[in-house]
Amino acid sequence: MDWRAFEISLALAFWTLAVLVPLSTLIARALAWRRFPGRGLVEALVALPLVLPPTVLGFYLLESFSADSLLGGFYQSVTGELLAFSFQGLLLASVIFNLPFAVQPIQRSFEAIQPNIREAAWVSGLSNWSTFWRIELPLAWPGFVSALALTFAHTLGEFGVVLMVGGNIAGETRTAAIAIYDRVQAFDNAAAAQMSAVLLLLSIVAISVVNLTARRQRRSRG
Amino acid sequence: MAEPGQNGLCVTLRQEGPIPLDLSLTCGANEIVALVGPSGSGKTTILRSIAGLYKPAHGRIEHDGDIWLDIASGQCWPPQRRSVGFVFQDYALFPNLTASGNVEAALGHLPRGKRGARALALLDQVNMGGLGGRWPDELSGGQCQRTAVARALARDPTVLLLDEPFSAVDQVTRRRLQGELLVLHRSIAAPVIFVTHDLREAANIASRMAVLHRGAILQIGAPPKIFAQPVSPTVARLLDLPNLFEAVVHGTSDDGRFTVLDWRGQRIEARVNASVAAGQEIDWMVPRSSVILHRRGRPSRGERENPVSGRVEDMLVFGDQTTILLRADFAPELPLSFTMSTHAARRNGIVSGVDATVSLVADDIHIMARN
Repeated sequence: MDWRAFEISLALAFWTLAVLVPLSTLIARALAWRRFPGRGLVEALVALPLVLPPTVLGFYLLESFSADSLLGGFYQSVTGELLAFSFQGLLLASVIFNLPFAVQPIQRSFEAIQPNIREAAWVSGLSNWSTFWRIELPLAWPGFVSALALTFAHTLGEFGVVLMVGGNIAGETRTAAIAIYDRVQAFDNAAAAQMSAVLLLLSIVAISVVNLTARRQRRSRG
Repeated sequence: MAEPGQNGLCVTLRQEGPIPLDLSLTCGANEIVALVGPSGSGKTTILRSIAGLYKPAHGRIEHDGDIWLDIASGQCWPPQRRSVGFVFQDYALFPNLTASGNVEAALGHLPRGKRGARALALLDQVNMGGLGGRWPDELSGGQCQRTAVARALARDPTVLLLDEPFSAVDQVTRRRLQGELLVLHRSIAAPVIFVTHDLREAANIASRMAVLHRGAILQIGAPPKIFAQPVSPTVARLLDLPNLFEAVVHGTSDDGRFTVLDWRGQRIEARVNASVAAGQEIDWMVPRSSVILHRRGRPSRGERENPVSGRVEDMLVFGDQTTILLRADFAPELPLSFTMSTHAARRNGIVSGVDATVSLVADDIHIMARN
């Protein structure tokens, strides 16, 4: 069993969440409450990874990560390293392909907050910042839990994009999902089965967390 | 513009759309002003503008020397700085906080350690003592309303705004809450402006009432005066006042006490109105309570005062009061509506279809000149 692959998967999931949660909060809040030109386009772009085949997404990401592309070239000129086939490149790809899984539940939960609840906070003297922390965030919490669980599970499981962008470099970009494929290719079905079972368990836990939170929320709001 | 006086509020708002506004309004610290008018007349937008939740295209809001809004000079204080208490129509309690948590959230100006005690005191003040630990979804409509009021008071507001504060509670609770608001107003000495659809509510608790239509104030003043003397048929209609008719001014009576009207050939004497001249078309109205039924077979006092004969078309018994619809013989398309006690109607043999004669009390007939 390839524990190093699990380590990479978990590190990827952790860093993806660390980047994605604040980013998604900003995007989701703007999509939920602001009317701005291009709002529909942003919403469509966020949803795109849901419908795009992972290999297609991976292909475009790989193209833009290459040293002679704008993004990849810039990254290389700053860090001296190649963005493609690196953990950092994988992280960037992971953030992008997880956008819909994080933004959409958070956006729905912000949308469910009545506008006059926020107005009530303002006329009660709460600043925008306190309103966010004391009122909006607690009310939108179920959406955040969904986003966390879905992104976490999806990062552990993503295969196509990871293979395209990261390749299969042991200790750098070989995640658990890739390792399973790798083991099956090597006729090591026992190791593949073990790793699959662990991923299955993690996925069940993630879904249970989402469902339990949703049920608790329904009960507490009567 | 009228002076709002000490601690008063002075509001001017003007815009074409999306919600038309064109009004000036003042409210003194000892006043409760009611905004009434049909849906879409801008009532709620006025409150929201005062609170800083809505920015009109043009306007100025001044309170006690502070300029909260002055579009001309680009000044617009955010809601946090305006020290208003706002009670929303559906209360907008924070669902994630208990009743006392809701109040404490608005106590940000106090040190953390003092907020709990102050929240309890405020809840006590609105008769919510002992219920501070309840969640909003465990509170009745009246309790939610009281919590919302306590939260609105928590900032020590210098202006209290209430958007249809009593619309979502039952009749008994409404009466009680209205009384509580009056008591509360005595203790806070801040201008109170509230929006209502309920004209009786406005009449009961407002010191002044503003009748709004399409963002403009058609009339503002003490409720009894507005109900008795609306400035125009539009105001009368918005206030659902009955017995609104058109007539032509005939002249002034010989003794100078009455303005004489020609109502479809019928001579009507009305309280003298110096602003109208003979030949002018005017609108006039007579309150239900000033239409007096003649007793049958027995002449009674004042019978010669504007007698109108007709046929009883319909009668509606509202408990001990009965509203009767009379079609005058000379103008059957203009029914007169009047009320009398149910037992008197019965004693006089009033039923649908009988002939009856009424007098219109001249001193209560109100003439509205047309511009």
